[in-house]
Amino acid sequence: MSGREAILGRIRQSLGAGADDTARAATVAKRLSKPPKGIIPARGQLDERGRVALFSTMAEQVFASVRHVKGADDVPKAVTEYLRSRNLPSSVRMGGDPRLAAMPWQKQKALQVKSGPSDGEDEAGVSHAFGAVAESGTLVMTSGPENPTTVNFLPEHHIVIVDAGDIDGDLETVLAKVRKTYGKKRMPRTVNLITGPSRSGDIEQKLLLGAHGPRAVHIIIVDGAEGPG
Amino acid sequence: MEITSPSFKQNAREALADPQLQKALNNVRTGFIEKRQKAADALPEFDALRDKAREIKDHTLAHLDLYLDAYERRVKEAGGIVHWAESAEDARAIILDICRSAGARTVTKGKSMITEEIGLNEFLEKEGVKPIETDLGEYIIQLRGEHPSHIIAPAVHLNKEQVEADFRRVHDHLPPSRDLSEPEALLGEARRVLRSAYFAADVGITGANFLVAETGTSIIVTNEGNGDLTQTLPKVHVVLASIEKIVPTLEDVSQILRVLARSATGQDMSVYTTLSTGPRRKGDPDGPEEYHVVLLDNGRSSVLGTEFQDMLRCIRCGACMNHCPVYHEIGGHAYGWVYPGPIGAVVTPALIGIDKAGNLPNASTFCGRCEAVCPMRIPLPKMMRHWREREFERRLNPATYRTGIGLWAFFAKRPRLYRLATSIGIPFLALFGGRKRRFRSLPFAGSWTKHRDMPAPESRTFQQQWRQREARKQGVMP
Repeated sequence: MSGREAILGRIRQSLGAGADDTARAATVAKRLSKPPKGIIPARGQLDERGRVALFSTMAEQVFASVRHVKGADDVPKAVTEYLRSRNLPSSVRMGGDPRLAAMPWQKQKALQVKSGPSDGEDEAGVSHAFGAVAESGTLVMTSGPENPTTVNFLPEHHIVIVDAGDIDGDLETVLAKVRKTYGKKRMPRTVNLITGPSRSGDIEQKLLLGAHGPRAVHIIIVDGAEGPG
Repeated sequence: MEITSPSFKQNAREALADPQLQKALNNVRTGFIEKRQKAADALPEFDALRDKAREIKDHTLAHLDLYLDAYERRVKEAGGIVHWAESAEDARAIILDICRSAGARTVTKGKSMITEEIGLNEFLEKEGVKPIETDLGEYIIQLRGEHPSHIIAPAVHLNKEQVEADFRRVHDHLPPSRDLSEPEALLGEARRVLRSAYFAADVGITGANFLVAETGTSIIVTNEGNGDLTQTLPKVHVVLASIEKIVPTLEDVSQILRVLARSATGQDMSVYTTLSTGPRRKGDPDGPEEYHVVLLDNGRSSVLGTEFQDMLRCIRCGACMNHCPVYHEIGGHAYGWVYPGPIGAVVTPALIGIDKAGNLPNASTFCGRCEAVCPMRIPLPKMMRHWREREFERRLNPATYRTGIGLWAFFAKRPRLYRLATSIGIPFLALFGGRKRRFRSLPFAGSWTKHRDMPAPESRTFQQQWRQREARKQGVMP
């Protein structure tokens, strides 16, 4: 008997599951196809302006920095300004995400844009978020041909662009959007929920930022034409 | 790892006399409790979410075979490989096999208690594959040849001076004059040393906080980012997870995530919650080429359907040990195996046997703090009591203890005799209590009175006093 059969057999025996499993199987099939939503914290259930404000507050509470720009065209300049303010070399690592590719990077004359996955030598990486969660200040990143996972973890500074309209109130709403975008039963290979810069409390329980991932997370929220700017 | 639970009493004595440990434990006695309370208070729905989390896990456990089956199907569809391991030995063999096929010389590891449970590091090392722990706390204790003393803060038993000494000893390629006096410097050094290890490793091994049946996804919840580098950079990613880590859907896991980090570290969310489904896809610029999941039973399927089933709801947040007055005094190593604290006192007897772990469920005052803070509402004291019953049934306690309990039971089952005996005995004890009303030593209870005095009883028995109180309440003086 294989390990699989032995384990499943023992579970069925312990649970007292009989030969006729139709009722249990129906319960499971129903939950998997129509997941019940559960309890959603009231704190994130706001209009777009409220969600953006809550997201910013929560992200700053976990030591991310946040800035707003009016439109996608303003992003490259905001990135350059961030690098300058932190005395970083004028160079970023970036995947080929079409939303990033459409931005006027060439206008930032001194800025070097390196494409592809990170090699571990990058000071700064730029990614575009799939969305964000206001209730906890969490960024939601999905991997794919144009979104390398390594950019989220290897650079010292991670600059993340998120559209204000993609900031949802709660985790369930964003994950349901992932499910809808990629198709049911077909998740992206990696979904990274990122809440602030990397940290450790392993030495004497003292909170230190910059453990193995980025020391700093800088979030640029693209508010759109009607946003607060 | 070597089991020292049978010598728990000796371990505890040594822990109490260890000044370094006592100093380090101050960090547990303070920080964790306050942080959890603040995070819980800030979310009005917190307690309702705990109920929900319990309900989700109870539902999952009642349908575990079916959810495991659905999970396996989804993993396969995503191009992953699922292995089933009945025992620790099976799991070790499977993992070694994967390492051999990958031609692995080194493997990096994310923090995982279950790899401790199966003794993976010692085994791989013996087989010529070098495991490198990458979580800062795990890295430190690996350098020291130790095991975690806490399930989420593995090096909580150490002070920074001890870590500095270890780094100077092991990182001997670095200039001896460097300043390592602050935790920041120690973290920076570990970060630099481990960076190259991630790239050099052929296999990355992580645990899993959750497995999602709906999507075939494994989830790790971390703060440092080491787990992500461990599973992204090598060409093979191995997930080792026990069968009870299953949750049905993404909605279900969202509910439980809200109570996990708050209970553990007082964060709303840990820094990194990573959902992984299968290996690198066509066109992906990074990620592992192979994705394996090893599902471990190791005794859990036999716990289902027993009075101990509730322990399988545990999400390993560590809140029970953070709030335990016994853990606060002796730390984690004294428990003598992988899982310390209240959850360890309940899980350890199930996994290594009550004959070896009998001391653990007895090392509790039943103060109830663990159950009060458990996000999954596991009735830990009740389960420790069940283990004490099993121990008694199997006649594993010392003879004096059994005789004492037997004697008490003889009287307790005969109320009239009990009343007679106590009404004679109590006034005598009250009399011998002297003016201080305390006994400095008692026959048959020497080990108890060695550490404190036994208060002398009142001159009347409890039942006599109770009757008097009730009579007074009804306005009738006796």
